[in-house]
Amino acid sequence: MKNRSLISITDFTKEEQMQILSLAADFEKNPIQKILSDNVVATLFFEPSTRTRLSFESAASRLGAQVIGFSTAASSSVSKGESLKDTILTVSNYSDIIVMRHPKEGSARYASEVSPVPIINAGDGANQHPTQTLLDMYSILKTQGTLDNLNIAFIGDLKYGRTVHSLSIALSQFNTTFHLVSPEALKLPSYVKRPIKEKNLTYHQYTDLHEVIPKADIIYMTRIQRERFSDPMEYEKVKNAYNLDNSMLVEAKENMRILHPLPRVNEISTDVDSNPKAYYFQQALNGVFVRQALLATILGAK
Amino acid sequence: MENTEQRKELKVSAIENGTVIDHIPAKNVFQVIKILNLHKSDEQILFGTNLDSKKFGKKGIIKVSKTFFESDEINKIAMVAPNATLIVIRDFKVTQKKRVEIPDEIKKIVKCFNPNCITNNEDIPTRFDVIKNEDALKLRCHYCEKTTSKENMIFV
Repeated sequence: MKNRSLISITDFTKEEQMQILSLAADFEKNPIQKILSDNVVATLFFEPSTRTRLSFESAASRLGAQVIGFSTAASSSVSKGESLKDTILTVSNYSDIIVMRHPKEGSARYASEVSPVPIINAGDGANQHPTQTLLDMYSILKTQGTLDNLNIAFIGDLKYGRTVHSLSIALSQFNTTFHLVSPEALKLPSYVKRPIKEKNLTYHQYTDLHEVIPKADIIYMTRIQRERFSDPMEYEKVKNAYNLDNSMLVEAKENMRILHPLPRVNEISTDVDSNPKAYYFQQALNGVFVRQALLATILGAK
Repeated sequence: MENTEQRKELKVSAIENGTVIDHIPAKNVFQVIKILNLHKSDEQILFGTNLDSKKFGKKGIIKVSKTFFESDEINKIAMVAPNATLIVIRDFKVTQKKRVEIPDEIKKIVKCFNPNCITNNEDIPTRFDVIKNEDALKLRCHYCEKTTSKENMIFV
């Protein structure tokens, strides 16, 4: 994986993904390793995403790298009308690797084709966010001890949730049983179901969240947005039906953990936070270790 | 029988050396001319459209003198003329006849239907993988990974 860009999760083979997760575990045990002290990491965030950016910058700093970049397009030459290609070519002179978030789909793929340094996609529009997928996989692996043969429940907006799409596709490599809970209007799209069906994996679809709680090893929550509904009455009907609160968790399995890509609004009630099954904040921390593993591997330090 | 065959052959080999593209859907003849850049050619070109075809309803035909096409070049027209036949003429004789094949990748000629794709926001030539395994032909954008279906195809 040295010098290779990561734009979509499928750019890395299953073996390569597992290698990253294994290295992330090493960094979790030993997060401060100054193995990138000769490197410069550029974080180019053409649209803001404080959490992802800070996670990458923390990962880079703990490895001893210098971090440069910008956090919105307004504070860069893009506001003067500079093309993406020119921006990437210029910044590649100043850095050894570029971490990039951009509002247009395909921007990261294009950047990887014009850039002389590797690109890590931190989110291109509604398309891919592969480092989120890797940290989700790491969180599942860590809490369940394996990625194989699990019952994974996805809740909420399965139609527009890019993290759900990407994680589902990645998990279809592991003999997963999928439990899909969503309003009728927000079901998992067919292009995501295709790899699930091709591998003859089982998936169940529900509209009632209560049904999956006793069955799941992982509950992956997502936020349902008002804007996704053309009829506001439809939103009103479902807006609370996919919220999780502590009383619902009595039937849950001992090993079950709750994940959420964050930010959470009201889909997970705050009374869940103190339940040992709540894992969403540790999930965010795992992002630092996974990003350390990626930076170190792609820059050839590990 | 032989006479009809001969007459048919003569009609097709009205050019001495060059290529005939037959069985183009009538409404797409001009699109094919554009895709193959024939509108910029200096060679003699004859074309007809809305001709009667037993097999395919109304068809169009293009005859280009002194011009020959590589497979990957001619297969670009497969999106608008999937049943087109390519006939190579040398010394007034038909030397090769083959069907256009749908390629695995399409570059530059189709626009991505996603307005939020980077190719619609910066000066980037489009690239698509052709998805053939379903009934309808679909193009998956190499950049934004979204699929444009046949009815939404806009040619650049």
